[in-house]
Amino acid sequence: MSAEPVAGTQAASGWTADEMMSIAAARTLRDGQACFVGIGLPSTAANLARRLHAPRLVLIYESGTLDTRPDELPLSIGDGILAESALTVVSVPEIFNYWLQPGRIDVGFLSGAQVDRLGNINTTVIGEYDEPTVRLPGSGGAPEIAASCREVIVVMRHRMRAFVERVDFVTSVGHGSGPDDRALLGLRGAGPVRVITDLGVLEPDPDTAELVLTALHQGITVEQARAETGWPLQVAADLVFTAPPSTTELETLRAMRTVGSKEIP
Amino acid sequence: MPHAGTGDAAAPPIAGAGRAHYRSDVAKIVPLPQAVSELVHDGDTVALEGFTHLIPFAAGHEIIRQRRRDLTLVRMTPDLIYDQLIGAGCASRMVFSWGGNPGVGSLHRMRDALATGWPAPLEIEEHSHAGMANRYVAGASGLPFAVLRGYSGTDLPTHTDTISTVECPFTGERLAAVAAINPDVTIVHAQRADREGNVQLWGITGVQKEAVLAARRSLATVEEVVDELEPVPGAVVLPGWVLDAVSPAPGGAAPSYAHGYYDRDNAAYRAWDAISRDREAFTRWLRTIEEAA
Repeated sequence: MSAEPVAGTQAASGWTADEMMSIAAARTLRDGQACFVGIGLPSTAANLARRLHAPRLVLIYESGTLDTRPDELPLSIGDGILAESALTVVSVPEIFNYWLQPGRIDVGFLSGAQVDRLGNINTTVIGEYDEPTVRLPGSGGAPEIAASCREVIVVMRHRMRAFVERVDFVTSVGHGSGPDDRALLGLRGAGPVRVITDLGVLEPDPDTAELVLTALHQGITVEQARAETGWPLQVAADLVFTAPPSTTELETLRAMRTVGSKEIP
Repeated sequence: MPHAGTGDAAAPPIAGAGRAHYRSDVAKIVPLPQAVSELVHDGDTVALEGFTHLIPFAAGHEIIRQRRRDLTLVRMTPDLIYDQLIGAGCASRMVFSWGGNPGVGSLHRMRDALATGWPAPLEIEEHSHAGMANRYVAGASGLPFAVLRGYSGTDLPTHTDTISTVECPFTGERLAAVAAINPDVTIVHAQRADREGNVQLWGITGVQKEAVLAARRSLATVEEVVDELEPVPGAVVLPGWVLDAVSPAPGGAAPSYAHGYYDRDNAAYRAWDAISRDREAFTRWLRTIEEAA
């Protein structure tokens, strides 16, 4: 994965901003939860959680692999290792219709190219739909994951171009245009409850649904978070600092390898 | 021979109608070039399915070699195979729900065709995975549409006219509706077939059963043809009489994988990024496919 590092974090602290993000995201998952996992950062964090404090975390990928326990990280959501280590493999219509749609899944774990002030996610286009400046992959399973999981956790690198006032395209609904919107739209899950970045954690304000800064990772300042956010970022009164990665967390994360690769994901 | 349909012009087409082509009650085991030549025509709506696993690359490359044009390519995850078909100029339209190189990045031939029309202009019809899966379910079920909880509040319905809403006649709830997909031809890859043309696939089975049953004509390429299909837990079996043709294509899913036969070639997926980014590199790659017999 290539993204410009946050200046100075590794030299000063002994871990990278990406590592802090994956570890903070892993910590947020509880043992025994059923988690519908997107590929990339969410998959790394979910597999890390399973190796640390949540050995009974039920990982579900949209390829139909249910309760999968890969010993290496998959590159795609349908790598063979996911099927080989799954409790069962179901068809793609079944995973969406029987497992996701009725609200059986506790946590949807997503990423995106853009997230906005109200937690809406864009993975479709930057710019206009018909003449985009960047054509992104599109929806995949995300719209229904965001709609139907009991809650949604978003993991994304915190950059000005990605944290925007309003997404260019609503691929997956967060809190729509305000706190009552999900109910009006018939979306039964709670939507995004947390956005974990490489700088800190944002959570929706209970009254306005606007994402506010509730935690900062070690060595990051409010000013840094504000400088990478495309709306006037509010700071929670009870702002906390994320505990630094433990040796076990870092060693476990660094020991994970992607299938067919020698790189750290 | 079982069949569906009433002859009503508004009804979906009779399932398996294309099988009459072979005048046989079982799928014919035929060489891949012959199967593609007879089943895939210019202008057809073609679905090559396989969700990350069992992607029918050999059949896609044969379509490229036979220079099919103006195809509507249907697939949940276009993957490298549609990037290749688009770059080769086979497609004028794509129906999909996630168009990336999984775990690597973008499909650059697809992006180039969308942005510049090279080598041919490409229209798109875009869904979510749940929407596409349900479109195949409706197509396989002989229904005109499917119902799901989806799309509400997203920007997709504004751009995709095969997404609508329907009111539940029992509760009054408004739900998403998506139009059925009935491809002219569906192609899947499977681990094996028997000599009667019954096809068996296992591991991640994706949406292949629905895609085959939704199609007017269908082809399965297989790793091997065996005397008897040993039962495998979780396997999907497609009876020979719902398929028009079965073609042996060992290694035919590479660089995706065939569970129990070979692994996904993640290095090839990574290497595709550089080939796909550059028209000249892609054109060189295309020549190797066209020259392979």
